[in-house]
Parts: sequence; structure tokens; C-alpha cells
Amino acid sequence: MQLTQQLVQLAAEEENPLIPPGPELVIGLIAFAIVFFFLSKKLLPNINKVLEERRAAIEGGIEEAEAMKVEAQSVLEQYKAQLAEARHEAARLRQEAQEQGAALIAEMRAEGQRQREEIIAAGHAQIEADRKVAAQALRQEIGRLSSELAGKLIGEALEDHNRQSRVIDRFLDELEEKAEAAR
Amino acid sequence: MSADQTTLAFDWSCRVFADNGCGFPSPGLQSFLFKPMFTVGGLHFNKPMLLAILSSLVVVGVFWAAFSKAKVVPGKLQMVGEAGYDFVRRGIVYETLGKREGEKYVPLMVSLFFFIWIMNLWSIIPVAQFPVTSIIAFPAALAIVVYLTWMILTFRKHGFVGGMKNLTGYDKSLGPILPLVVVIEFFSNVLVRPFTHAVRLFANMFAGHLLLVMFTVASWYLLNGWLIPAGAVSFVMTMVMILFELFVQAVQAYVFVLLACSYVQGALAEHH
Repeated sequence: MQLTQQLVQLAAEEENPLIPPGPELVIGLIAFAIVFFFLSKKLLPNINKVLEERRAAIEGGIEEAEAMKVEAQSVLEQYKAQLAEARHEAARLRQEAQEQGAALIAEMRAEGQRQREEIIAAGHAQIEADRKVAAQALRQEIGRLSSELAGKLIGEALEDHNRQSRVIDRFLDELEEKAEAAR
Repeated sequence: MSADQTTLAFDWSCRVFADNGCGFPSPGLQSFLFKPMFTVGGLHFNKPMLLAILSSLVVVGVFWAAFSKAKVVPGKLQMVGEAGYDFVRRGIVYETLGKREGEKYVPLMVSLFFFIWIMNLWSIIPVAQFPVTSIIAFPAALAIVVYLTWMILTFRKHGFVGGMKNLTGYDKSLGPILPLVVVIEFFSNVLVRPFTHAVRLFANMFAGHLLLVMFTVASWYLLNGWLIPAGAVSFVMTMVMILFELFVQAVQAYVFVLLACSYVQGALAEHH
């Protein structure tokens, strides 16, 4: 046991750990070459491309958001302008309606006035006409009654119709004159 | 190396107070020697070599799964992959080299970081339990790659004279001490730098593995008689060291890549 260990130690002392053995050196270079080849030729260019794409996508997204913001701003301003315009329009319409209403009322009042006057005038005319008819009828009735009365009083019939009516008219005119004088 | 030299120096029968004449089987250099497992075309494959190749397969496999069908809206694995990729790209390369200059070196640095990290990580993976980078050949191979990269860059950018000036910190305003500075800078930059670059990683993982083996073996060795509590302490230390190693593994991968970036940056910088 001790002998083998001493042998091992002896062998180890012959090997200087700072002198690189050739085969290991070659294997180390080959192993590194494999790593470097795959990474530099394929895998890192691969990921660089993707990182670049991602950067572009993110920047594109930012630009898009910027554009949307600007658009939203313009739409908002448009809406505000439209709202102000609508308010203005509403105020104008109200004003107009008020004016129209006032004009309508005035017009209707005038119409009412006119109709009232018309009705009154018609009424007056009717009354006048009725009065005239009544006066006519009354005159005739009075004439007939008075001639009848006169006939009875005088005892003779007043046959002459013309003469009769002339007498009556004269009598009535006298009556009217008296009435006028009395007033 | 032959098979009988590389038996792992660990004997189950070695316990404290065990009357079989064997002492504490302390880990040493022999913990870093492995028997060849099989041979392909004259190349003897041992455990660190297999783990190195497995590391490259793991790195490529994970990144393949994450990035081969990358989508703009990432899945979970792609998200994790992107986080790792971004950590090296932004956190190391852009920080030292800048975005414009550094972009070209991102694949190299990302490959280095994850390859080294996975090689380190084997240290605490059950069954594997060995940091590949504690064999000097593997850090050395990577340090050579980095060394060649920045040396070629230096001379390509500044020409031979300019490149030498860059490497030696040539500056006329230094006056009489200029020759001294040139010698020291040349020695430090051209000769020592790749060595320290590799050894920094190697030594950290080497020491970490030694500590782990030491506490693990001691936990077993002390588990006898009235020293059982000491064995328990050793076991707790093993757990603590595993957590600490987890941290060191990532830090060393980070440091290696950070230094590689700073060397490249020095090569690209204008000399004064």
C-alpha cells in the first residue's frame, strides 16, 4: 500500500503541472474551435437578427402610439369645435324661436283684433238692417192701423190708396220730427 | 503516462485510528493525473479531455436550443440565453472596447466566457467532479488564442514599428529611463502576459479543486472514534467550499474574458 502511494507521488513529481501536455492542448483548441464556430457562424448572428427585429418592433410600436396620440388629439379638438358650434347653433335657434314666437303672438293678437272688429261691424250692420226692416214693418203696420182707425173715426173708407199712404207718410214724418225735437 | 502511475490516491480503508499503517491520503499533484480511458488514432483520451469536449458540446447545445429558432417574443430558454449573451456583450465587451469597436469581438468573448465557465463548472458536478481548467493545457490553449488575436491586431493596426512601440510603451518624454521602460514593458507585455493570463485561471481552479478534495477526503478520514465531530466540520467545509467554488468559477471566467478584452483594447489603442 505504502509502496504504491510512494510510486504515485514519485510519478506526480515528475509531471510539472505548469508544462502543458500536447494532446490536451490540441483537444482544448479543438473544443474551443467547435464552440467558436457554432456561436460566431450561426447562433450569435441568429440572435442578433432577432434582437434587431425586436428593437425595430418596439420602436415601430412607439411610433405607432405617437401617431395615435396625435390623431386622438386632433379628433378631440374636432369634437370640441363641433360641440362649441352646436352650442352656438342651439343658442341661435332658441333666440330665433323666441323671436318667431313673439312675432306669432303679435300677429295672432292683431288677427284677433281684426276678427273682433269684423264681428262687431257685422253685428252692427245686422242690427242696422234688422232695425230698418223692423222700422219698415212697423211703419206699414202703423199706417194700416191708423188708416183703419181713421176710417172708423171718419166713417168713410179711404179707398184711394195713394192718397191714403201719402197721408200716413206725412203723419209719420211729423211724428219723427216731434221725436227729434223731443230728443 | 502508464496506468499504474495514475491511480487516484484514495483508499477507502484509510481512516484515522485504523490500524492498517496508512496515513492521511493527502491530495496532491496525483489528483490531477488521469489514466487514459481509451485511445483513438494514437490519441489517449482521459477524463479532462472528455470533459473539455463535453463542455463544448454543452455550450453549443444550450445555445443551439436557445438561439437556433430565436423568436422576437422569446421563450424561457431563449430569455436565459439572451441574458447570458447580453451579460458578456454589454457587461464586458462594450464596457472595455465600446460598442462600435467591440462588436467584432463579441462572438470570441462570448465563446470564451461560456466555454471556460462550463469547464470550471465540472468541478462541482457529481461524477465529473473535476475542473478541466486545472490542467494547464486548457487555459494555455485559450490564452494562446487570445494572445495571437491581440498580437495580430497590434501589428495589423500599427505596422511593425508602430506595433513594437505600442508593445513596449515607447515614449520619448521618458528621457534617459526609456531603454529600461522599453525592456520591462516588452518583457511584461509580450512574454509574461500570456503566461499570467493562463496561469491565473489554472491556479485558481487548481487550488479550488485541491481544497475540495482535501476536505472531502478528510471528512471520510476523520469519521472515526472521537474525531467524528472534526469529520463533521470537514464535511460542512466541503459544502462551504462548493458554494465558494461556484462563485470562483464564474469570477475566473469573467476575469479571463475581461483581460482578453483589455488586451484587445490595448492593441487597438493609439500609442503615444
